[in-house]
Amino acid sequence: MRRDLVTATIAIFVLTVLLGVVYPLLITGVGQLAFPGDANGQKVYVDGRLVGSKIIGQSFSRVKQTFPGGGKPEEKAGAIVTEPDPRYFQPRPSATEGGAYDAAASTFSNRGPNSKLTEEADAEAIKGYLQLNGPYDRGLTTAQVPVDAVNTSASNLDPEISEANAHIQAHRVAALRHLSLRAVDALVARHTSGRGLGFSGEPGVNVLELNLELDRLAAGGA
Amino acid sequence: MTFAGWTTIVVFAVVLTALAMPLGSYMASVYSGERVFLTPLFAGPERFLLRLFRADADREQDWKQYAKSLLIFSLAGWLLLYAILRTQTLWDWTGLNPQGFHSGTWNLTFNTTSSFVTNTNWQYYGGETTLSYFSQMLGLTVQNWLSAGVGITVAVALVRGIVGRGGKSLGNFWRDIVRTLLYVLTPLSVLGAIVLVSQGVIQNFSSYLTAHTVTGLTQSIAMGPVASQEVIKELGTNGGGFFNVNSAHPFENPSGFTNFFEMLLVLIIPAALVFMYGRMTGNRRQGHAIYGVMMFMFLGAVVVAYIAEAHGSPAQHAAGLHTQAIAGSGGGNMEGKEQRFGIAGSALFDVVTTVTSCGAVNSAIESYTGIGGAVPMANLSASEVIFGGVGTGLYSILLYVLLAVFIGGLMVGRTPEWLGKKLEAKEIKLAGLGILITPLAALFCTAMATATNAGTKSIAAVAGKGPQGFSETFYAYLSQANNNGSAFAGYTGYIQPNAGNLGAKGVTFADLLGGFDMLAARYLPIVFALAVAGALAGKRVSPAGLGTMRTDNPTFSVLLIGMIVLVGALTFFPALLLGPVVQGLTGHLY
Repeated sequence: MRRDLVTATIAIFVLTVLLGVVYPLLITGVGQLAFPGDANGQKVYVDGRLVGSKIIGQSFSRVKQTFPGGGKPEEKAGAIVTEPDPRYFQPRPSATEGGAYDAAASTFSNRGPNSKLTEEADAEAIKGYLQLNGPYDRGLTTAQVPVDAVNTSASNLDPEISEANAHIQAHRVAALRHLSLRAVDALVARHTSGRGLGFSGEPGVNVLELNLELDRLAAGGA
Repeated sequence: MTFAGWTTIVVFAVVLTALAMPLGSYMASVYSGERVFLTPLFAGPERFLLRLFRADADREQDWKQYAKSLLIFSLAGWLLLYAILRTQTLWDWTGLNPQGFHSGTWNLTFNTTSSFVTNTNWQYYGGETTLSYFSQMLGLTVQNWLSAGVGITVAVALVRGIVGRGGKSLGNFWRDIVRTLLYVLTPLSVLGAIVLVSQGVIQNFSSYLTAHTVTGLTQSIAMGPVASQEVIKELGTNGGGFFNVNSAHPFENPSGFTNFFEMLLVLIIPAALVFMYGRMTGNRRQGHAIYGVMMFMFLGAVVVAYIAEAHGSPAQHAAGLHTQAIAGSGGGNMEGKEQRFGIAGSALFDVVTTVTSCGAVNSAIESYTGIGGAVPMANLSASEVIFGGVGTGLYSILLYVLLAVFIGGLMVGRTPEWLGKKLEAKEIKLAGLGILITPLAALFCTAMATATNAGTKSIAAVAGKGPQGFSETFYAYLSQANNNGSAFAGYTGYIQPNAGNLGAKGVTFADLLGGFDMLAARYLPIVFALAVAGALAGKRVSPAGLGTMRTDNPTFSVLLIGMIVLVGALTFFPALLLGPVVQGLTGHLY
């Protein structure tokens, strides 16, 4: 009994140092030396400014209104209302607790399969999607809206959208940026990643990289 | 449903089996004390550690001594983890708390500590909003290793008891745990972590990033030493995410490839242990018969989950969405699922982590369809025997094997014999208790939580209406009892910390009940499994005769499946009816 107590006490402290300090430091060392970009989160810079991570989804909304304060509790000073910026491809809907695409507080939406709230959220998202894209893609109906465009992802930080979703949005982006649909579709194809190992997962379009490329094109063309 | 989706499932089963067989042989050699290719590397460290621990490692332990060492070691781990989590702010000088997070409250910490020490990794806290890198590394990562190691030692001890030729020895706990950590977990973890970093799983100590987006917004991005914890989380079937959304987070699981790789990490050791068992009994077919049972039930669960999720949910259909696959979109119930995994990658991951005690998630189980959500519940209802947790899976299914041999023996009217050993009342009673503790804990806690006001407070306010509220509650205590840790995440035992980082506040009732659930359903079955091992160890082996029921053929596999389904169904069917089955049968929205 006493021998076991002594052994357990020494063991737990020694193993904590080995497994909790030495091992993570070893992996950090290897990661930072061999794969610094990946180990640090695949940061993306534009003109030296950090704009995000390649693999973390982010919002492409613009500020519509900033509250001066003094109004309702949720309208405190500095609180903002945003709307999707139609010149950019829009990511999947996100419902992190700190506002859309808060990558410091990931959370599930927890929308149940038999919940009225889920239906309402879906219906609202469909309406928004049709309003945003309908004028540029005539004949777009509810039945054609891809599920990923209106369902929140698991992490609420999904960096990708489906190819079908991107293709619908390409009409809008092409029109607003005075590009040909074919040119935009070609960009979409360039930023589509295939399935892992050829079969694992689904192809997806990286929204951040695609949008940045569009901006670069605009800057170069101007 | 897509061709690629079905391909994923088939390739996964094949690759898993191909990798588990050699690993199982390797582990059999490790625990039999034979020389393996890593012996030159680890023999020295093994001796050094055992001497450093002042461990009585040369003594052969009977089941009571083995259990005592194991329990004392677990208790030491519990106390240290509790202390680390409660004193989070005292370690700020290490620079490993860049966000300045406060410590959690006592009730929440009780739950978290019990959760990680029992290999459950149920999470009432949100990783990136409450825990410092110090707590994650020195606290949680360490228990990810140790709780896995403890589970494996129990399985090894039970196998030794089953095959033991006279004598009462089950081996030595200290030797087994050190061997497990060095020979099995270390090489796989280090290699796995490096693969994960190379694929985009982050590993740094940076403070959280602030990005300024092109549309003029700011985005805060959590960082941390993720890969080193991610790999052992999967490998040890722990399942506690570095981040709140676990393996759905792109920094934990960045691509379709990592998703496949992480699923392999989860199942590789539980699958290998079955082959190890076959080799240690001296008849590989003993292992194959059990592996067949596991694989059959596993694939059945995957098929049901995949079809259910590909079909879409009532809420989607009511909103007018078309959920079949179209060009450029896989369709299906994408609520709570990531684009890069799709339906198949999510459904398969869900089954992989709920048949084991892993409980990592890459999609929101709360948002699964009624039938899709019933699959993980059914997996849990089978009490972790379809592969199961590292170690726990093997020792749990061996208890079922014992029961099946006993009942089979009664049916043919012979004295039940298993591997040449006569089974008597004592072993059957112990095995019965070992099997029943987990369902008992799960149902007792669910009943407590649904029958009291204090319990219903944890149900998600908006999402948990109607049967979903019951599903959430039932899942919570079922998951904790099975030391799984996956969740219908709407059910909560803590309150999100506010902007001032004042530390997460626990909900006492849910935290304590859950903690009790996990501890009871972990350590009682361990003690019963070791007691069975002790009872079997000393028995004389008689040669198999004509009347001996064989345990290494398909007939026995079918009997074993029958036992598992029977026990699971009789215990859990009423509860399953009240929650997911109602939801699966109705198109009604609540």
